Amino acid sequence: MGYFAGFRITFKQIFEERVTNVYPDEKRPKPDRFHGRHVLNRYEDGMEKCIGCELCAGVCPARCIYVRGADNPPDDPVSPGERYGFVYEINYLRCIHCDLCVEACPTEAITESKLFEFSFTDRQDAIYTKAELVVGDDGHPQKLPWEDWREGDAERTSAWVRATAPSGSAAYEGRVGWSGELGFGVRTPEKGQTAESDTASAAPAPKKRKR
Amino acid sequence: MGDPLYADGINAAVLLIVAAKVLIIFAFLMVAVLFMVWFERKVISDMQSRIGPDRAGPWGIGQTLADGIKLFFKEALMPTQADRRVFRLAPFLSIVPAFLAFAVVPFGGEISVFGHRTQMQLADPPIGVLFLLAMSGIAVYGIMLAGWASGSKYPLLGSVRASAQMVSYEAAMSLAIASAVLAAGSLSTRDIVIAQEGYRWNLWVLGVVPFVIYLIAATAETNRPPFDLVEAEQELVGGFHTEYSSISFALFYLAEFMNTVTVSAVAVTLFLGGPNGPAIGFLPDLWPVVWFLAKLLVFLFVYVWLRATLPRFRYDQLMDLGWKKLIPLALYWLLLIAALRVGRDQGWNRYVVLAVGVAVGAACWAALGAALRQGETAKAAA
Repeated sequence: MGYFAGFRITFKQIFEERVTNVYPDEKRPKPDRFHGRHVLNRYEDGMEKCIGCELCAGVCPARCIYVRGADNPPDDPVSPGERYGFVYEINYLRCIHCDLCVEACPTEAITESKLFEFSFTDRQDAIYTKAELVVGDDGHPQKLPWEDWREGDAERTSAWVRATAPSGSAAYEGRVGWSGELGFGVRTPEKGQTAESDTASAAPAPKKRKR
Repeated sequence: MGDPLYADGINAAVLLIVAAKVLIIFAFLMVAVLFMVWFERKVISDMQSRIGPDRAGPWGIGQTLADGIKLFFKEALMPTQADRRVFRLAPFLSIVPAFLAFAVVPFGGEISVFGHRTQMQLADPPIGVLFLLAMSGIAVYGIMLAGWASGSKYPLLGSVRASAQMVSYEAAMSLAIASAVLAAGSLSTRDIVIAQEGYRWNLWVLGVVPFVIYLIAATAETNRPPFDLVEAEQELVGGFHTEYSSISFALFYLAEFMNTVTVSAVAVTLFLGGPNGPAIGFLPDLWPVVWFLAKLLVFLFVYVWLRATLPRFRYDQLMDLGWKKLIPLALYWLLLIAALRVGRDQGWNRYVVLAVGVAVGAACWAALGAALRQGETAKAAA
């Protein structure tokens, strides 16, 4: 009766639950550290974090970032340092969302949101400039008309930065080593990371990850 | 018997009624194909824990229509090596028999239209079953010529497989159908349906064997999985229709699904009592049609079920099943039923006839098995 066992299985499947996601209608929640469209962050006082150092452009394996730095105008500085990102362009037809730029950035100026559903009708439109990349006055990324932002895509844009220990040392895990952001303040460590109060006495001794 | 429509001679009204029936059957088949493609995709995705088409219309029911419209707007390509006229002709050779075969299928009882009694069936020739067999024989040409005229290797291989497969299974199918003809004593499809009235369906009157043989052979005839070697994607790209696009491809696709519907309708006619079924009070003319459609639907579901469950046959397995199992079995069963009928007419003891028949069958089966084994060893030694 081996022939008929197969028929029973296929028939029973009719009443099983479907595994398909009805994609454009319902979307699966994205992981915290999802690599999406970039944002250029600002400090709590509204200053831009980018100092125009071009490390992101240097590390980019797809050569999709173009940065030009310039001296801050003394009477109206854009960033708190000496220089600022005068031109900042990312070509999204080349970007592979590897997040190496985020790791390279010394000031956490560039991080990634979870947005990946955006499209262009022109090659020129694929190049995002500072006008599109810098976060708005509320600290949230600008929601451009051709982008499909969903609930939560604009939250926790710097999760990847905060997930890695400052200075690359695991000993500093869970300690706040990042600066505040416009609209969010100083963000707390990721869920699952050791809280600062627990590690304050133990640091700099290496500590095991809890999860 | 024949259709009572023609009893009083043929006039304009009769011709109009026949034309109306042609139109109704044409429309029914087109809609049935639209439905079948959607139904197959839905059921098979149910069996694979998927959702299937759900974009076009409610439950994606307009998906086939959308696909059809898309196909009609595509470019019709013609390979440089193709035999141009035959290449153009082949899709029509494939679809016309699929339409014609449905002409002899009774899908309802008798009704009155404008004072004329007529059967719900386009034609009821005294050779209806022969006509069916002829149509399924002609259907091979469409596929064979399509592959041959494409001037390309994969279609040629596909069409060679198709002709071998369809010719092989034609024999088993004809023998299975012959049992049903034997039971009714007539080649007319209407008579076969009438002979099955009162739930004396050929399905169990003949024993289940001819029905199962017909089911398997018909699946092979329509090139449906698990017998779709003709268009085995992994081996032959698209098989015979590799080089076809646009409307020509749509016609092949249409023909394939229409054949499925027609073959199911024939199975319902020959083995499941056609439109027979309990009539419930109101609209007595409607119920036979409802029963016919219900049986058809069950059959179509079985076809999809087969496709979802069984993997494709290997070519030698296909030939073994056809020639070494189905044809001998169908032939034996036909002779057994004939013997039982002769015995009934002559007043012989049916149990003795049955016992002798089974004994002879077992002996033949053993002899056939021995012969096949000997052939195998001879082949291995060579």
